Amino acid sequence: MSVLVYTENWDGKFKKLSFELVSYASEVAKMINTSVTALSIGKIEDSELIKLGRYGAGKIISVENELLKILDSQAYSSVISEIAKKENSSVIIISNNNTGKAVAPRLSVKLRAGVGSGVSRLPLNTNPFTVYKKTYSGNAFAHVVIKSEIKILTLAQNSFELIETVDNSTIEKMTVNVDSSLARTKVQNVLKQTDKILLTDADIVVSGGRGMKSPDNWAPLTELANVLGGATACSRPVSDEGWRPHEEHTGQTGKIIAPNLYIAVGISGATQHLAGISGSKYIVAINNDKEAPIFEAAQYGIVGDAMKILPKLINAVKELKK
Amino acid sequence: MKILVCISNVPDTTTKIKFNESNTSVDTTGIQWVINPWDELSLTRALELKDDPSSGIKSVTVAHVGTASSEPTIRKALAIGADDAIRINSESSDAYYTSAQLAEVIKKEHFDIILCGIESSDYNGSLVGGMISEFLGIPSVSAVSGIKIENGQAVLVREIDGGKEVTSVPAPFVAIVQKGIAKEPRIAAMRGIMMARTKPLKVIEPVEVDSLTEITVFEKPAPRSACKFIDPENPGQLIDLLQNEAKII
Ligand SMILES: Cc1cc2nc3c(=O)[nH]c(=O)nc-3n(C[C@H](O)[C@H](O)[C@H](O)COP(=O)(O)OP(=O)(O)OC[C@H]3O[C@@H](n4cnc5c(N)ncnc54)[C@H](O)[C@@H]3O)c2cc1C
Repeated sequence: MSVLVYTENWDGKFKKLSFELVSYASEVAKMINTSVTALSIGKIEDSELIKLGRYGAGKIISVENELLKILDSQAYSSVISEIAKKENSSVIIISNNNTGKAVAPRLSVKLRAGVGSGVSRLPLNTNPFTVYKKTYSGNAFAHVVIKSEIKILTLAQNSFELIETVDNSTIEKMTVNVDSSLARTKVQNVLKQTDKILLTDADIVVSGGRGMKSPDNWAPLTELANVLGGATACSRPVSDEGWRPHEEHTGQTGKIIAPNLYIAVGISGATQHLAGISGSKYIVAINNDKEAPIFEAAQYGIVGDAMKILPKLINAVKELKK
Repeated sequence: MKILVCISNVPDTTTKIKFNESNTSVDTTGIQWVINPWDELSLTRALELKDDPSSGIKSVTVAHVGTASSEPTIRKALAIGADDAIRINSESSDAYYTSAQLAEVIKKEHFDIILCGIESSDYNGSLVGGMISEFLGIPSVSAVSGIKIENGQAVLVREIDGGKEVTSVPAPFVAIVQKGIAKEPRIAAMRGIMMARTKPLKVIEPVEVDSLTEITVFEKPAPRSACKFIDPENPGQLIDLLQNEAKII
């Protein structure tokens, strides 16, 4: 038996997300008295792979193959399922990010394994195997029993703490055969963004809504994000109006994020907006209407005009960083 | 070419979710049911493609796994412009069961492009599209924010961390779509509503499949602690609290 965790890498580097996954996997492994095998796909140095050991991966399998250079959900899920069979894995853990969402459902059908998707806590029980997951876009949570022999869990980003342990890991390079008829995704063109902090990776997010009044008013909001080392986001009407790029739209129909700190400026707090941010550890609301529903979701609030408050906050952060 | 759009029937997104007494199911009294927002956008994009004769799209079908009670939602999809509909007559017990039913239908009636939304707003599973493709052994592309047809070949834009990729896969394939796929959902016009009544809606009985997961209990989200208000004349106090009380900056 084992717990298998798929740890994606980005140009040969892991992210905090990868270590979060391994930490989660090793806690699950303890619950069912087994060990963790981490799987990495793609070109990566040993010095990077070994980092997974610190969070409890006993065995680290590294797989490289020309046909796996492009994410093809069919090819990736066949490789992961092959390794899961070799490792006799009873639980498979994947991120609930774009890649995880592409791969986990295919893997589920291949292995006839039920999926607990977007879990944000350790399993509630191992017999019957019960997980805790968000439903109704955050308006309810469900206890989900996974009845199949093999279980797949996709972990919501930024929902689990990193836990370091003693490192006893070994690295194993494995060659896999990939059937070229399974890798049929062709990429004609890649459009990369600049190297600014990705919204989904950011620990701090400063977000603006229609209360910002005009795209010309965004400078202080962006500056607050910069001095805090965070990313910027916005509500849907703001991206619909073209005030801000679509990548920044958060909410049910945009990005779902879970930073440590989410500062909502001039955002009313509609349920569809909250659906994208309710996983944040702390929510701060700045709004001139003290009845705005955002204050019900926030731990800290300031009632007032954003244009007057933002410059003062920027100064306070600058003071602090001195 | 034929497009299939898989649609789910969900409570309107502003619904206050309540449970039955034992918290084992959602109390559906008074709920306004709508087409899942992503599926509505998929349908909109499918119809936009069909509107352009050069795309070669001949028909747009919608399929839904659900009981007769969800027919108003299916009729709405027909009113928006789908040509015909298929309803698999069963409660959808989990994503695996639902996908197996849809795959069975697709095996019988040939479709070139199958569109699914990235998630349903009720179960938030992000599973059905990928599962259908695996049941059928066909390619799937996830996180799709754009689709067009060029010289009879579908070109898909997918979102990746920090950017986009322009991709293609051979048909038949499943595209799992999200933000960007269409701007605004298409609204049914009076004529569409009239026509929807007579458009074909085929009802198919389900095949035997065991579900793999089961929801046993629902819970309300834990209430957040009450909001602490900070004097607007002294917002610096917020920074102090974030540093010394919340300890996050
Ligand atoms: C199916 C569906 C999906 C949706 N998905 C999303 C989604 O993903 N994300 C999303 O955000 N929305 C979504 N919406 C829209 C959502 O319902 C709200 O309309 C939207 O979130 C409101 O955006 P807002 O808070 O920026 O604007 P408003 O609701 O207009 O709020 C503006 C706020 O700014 C405050 N304000 C005004 N002036 C100032 C000032 N000078 N200083 C401080 N505060 C000020 C006001 O008091 C008000 O509270 C969706 C809607 C539907 C129907």
